[in-house]
Amino acid sequence: MDKYKSDIKPEKEDHHESRRDFLKTSSILTAIAVAPATVAKAAEYNLGEKISAAFETTPVNLTVNGVKKQLAVEPRSTLLDVLREQLDLTGTKKGCDYGQCGACTVHVNGQRVLSCLSLAVMQEGKQVTTIEGLAKGDELHPMQKAFIKHDGFQCGYCTPGQIMSGIACINEGHADSKEDIKEFMSGNICRCGAYPNIVKAIQEVKNGGQRS
Amino acid sequence: MIQFQYERASTAKAAVSALANNAKIIAGGTNLVDLMKRNVMAPAKLIDINSLPLRSIEQQNGKMIIGALALNSQVADDKLVLEKHPLLSKALNAGASAQIRNMATVGGNMMQRTRCSYFYDTALPCNKREPGSGCGALEGVNRMHAIFGTSDKCIAVHPSDMCVALVALDAIVVVSGPKGERRIPFDDFHRLPGSQPEKDNTLQKDELIISVEIPDNTFSKNCHYFKVRDRTSYAFALVSVAAALDLDGKNIKEARLAMGGVAHKPWRLKEAEKALAGKPATEETFRQAAEIAMQGAKAFKHNAFKLKLGPNVIVEALKNAAGLV
Ligand SMILES: Cc1cc2nc3c(=O)[nH]c(=O)nc-3n(C[C@H](O)[C@H](O)[C@H](O)COP(=O)(O)OP(=O)(O)OC[C@H]3O[C@@H](n4cnc5c(N)ncnc54)[C@H](O)[C@@H]3O)c2cc1C
Ligand code: FES
Ligand code: FES
Repeated sequence: MDKYKSDIKPEKEDHHESRRDFLKTSSILTAIAVAPATVAKAAEYNLGEKISAAFETTPVNLTVNGVKKQLAVEPRSTLLDVLREQLDLTGTKKGCDYGQCGACTVHVNGQRVLSCLSLAVMQEGKQVTTIEGLAKGDELHPMQKAFIKHDGFQCGYCTPGQIMSGIACINEGHADSKEDIKEFMSGNICRCGAYPNIVKAIQEVKNGGQRS
Repeated sequence: MIQFQYERASTAKAAVSALANNAKIIAGGTNLVDLMKRNVMAPAKLIDINSLPLRSIEQQNGKMIIGALALNSQVADDKLVLEKHPLLSKALNAGASAQIRNMATVGGNMMQRTRCSYFYDTALPCNKREPGSGCGALEGVNRMHAIFGTSDKCIAVHPSDMCVALVALDAIVVVSGPKGERRIPFDDFHRLPGSQPEKDNTLQKDELIISVEIPDNTFSKNCHYFKVRDRTSYAFALVSVAAALDLDGKNIKEARLAMGGVAHKPWRLKEAEKALAGKPATEETFRQAAEIAMQGAKAFKHNAFKLKLGPNVIVEALKNAAGLV
């Protein structure tokens, strides 16, 4: 691994300006600077890049499954990692981590998105719903029930993403036909190939009226 | 992913001045975050432009104005777009997945980088990622690569579906820089690799895309986006074609034709368009136009299939546009 690491050649970007310089000059921005006080401190005390990077967290306020959360996250943390590692909500799965499988699908402000390609710091003030937020107490969401009834899974790894995506697919009005469901659910890969049963589950919820 | 500085821009002006200070813009993040995770791109500063008022879709003075932050799904489902430019909606829905389209923006879609596997693999040479390191694809695995406008420095393709429709529709890109606004015809926005494949397009480092304008046209009744890929959905194009016809009965008054998956930019086929104008909308006419369209195409070791696939996709797209299937 180390060998590869040392070989890494990111695309040439202008790195000549240090983070510290940037902090000093960023006052020219009328942008909201969200660099926290700790970073400024690290810069002031001439701490090395590495140490200051470790301090570099930014406050973010989110509502997750109806509960308000005040978090401190690194700008590079994805919503997926924050949900799983910081909030212990491990229902949302990491499949590829690169936007190619849909296992990490959650709802942000009611829309289905990929949490692995979402930076947590960019979700300020947003409402996030994960698979854990669907059931009302012991009462499963109709889509969860339909997946069980129709055997919409085998290993179950893709299932949280499929269910979140399926609910959104209906809400968006993209579940009118089997063909539509297949097309608009194509962002959720199932290695076990449970697709026919997933489509049946979504059709049932669609026809039975959904609860969002 | 290496650590970076994150800020939110509250005005377009602030975003432009941040760009002048070497920041990189983040919109939907679906391309940039992916590339940053893989260390292909490593900007030291990200400017989040999501609070800028650039999300609207409006019709004004004979043109549609689509904000740079309009989401791909929002545009694809928009009533006005469906009515006036269904080709754009079809192209958008042929790209990525529902989740990605809910995040991806119009500006980000235009600026997305190539999916060439040599560009993505930091252990391999790539002139686009690291100028002067060589092009791994030229003699390597080049099944997905370009057949038009290549250079000995780069044979990558631009991966966007949306852009194929926009170039066919004669869209204009409105950008803002330190010296004010600039309007770029869509066909001049993306560029060919030449000796500088590191440059995907003609946007300057300190410019921000503000909107895309589509002039009114007469193509909404007869248009089609046909995309051939390795699986039915959620895959990049091997070859795609945007076709639009203005028909007078069975005769073609005017045609628009562009291809995706074949060049470093969305590939407008103006000569083929000329060949279609004034002819009857028949398969024979479409075949002839497809032949003209493919003139100058040059394949590499693994993508010779595109020379055969290309004309077939053009004919299918035109037949669909004309209602012949
Ligand atoms: C698995 C997968 C499959 C995909 N399949 C397809 C497909 O089949 N067809 C297709 O067309 N696309 C496909 N995509 C690509 C997708 O369309 C792009 O990732 C998306 O459009 C990028 O938009 P964004 O807003 O997320 O951009 P970001 O990732 O935020 O930004 C991308 C680039 O654009 C720049 N940028 C963003 N906005 C502006 C602006 N206003 N002005 C100047 N610069 C700006 C950024 O600095 C960055 O360099 C796929 C992506 C994934 C991950
Ligand atoms: S983990 Fe997000 S798409 Fe695969
Ligand atoms: S149930 Fe195993 S991946 Fe879908």
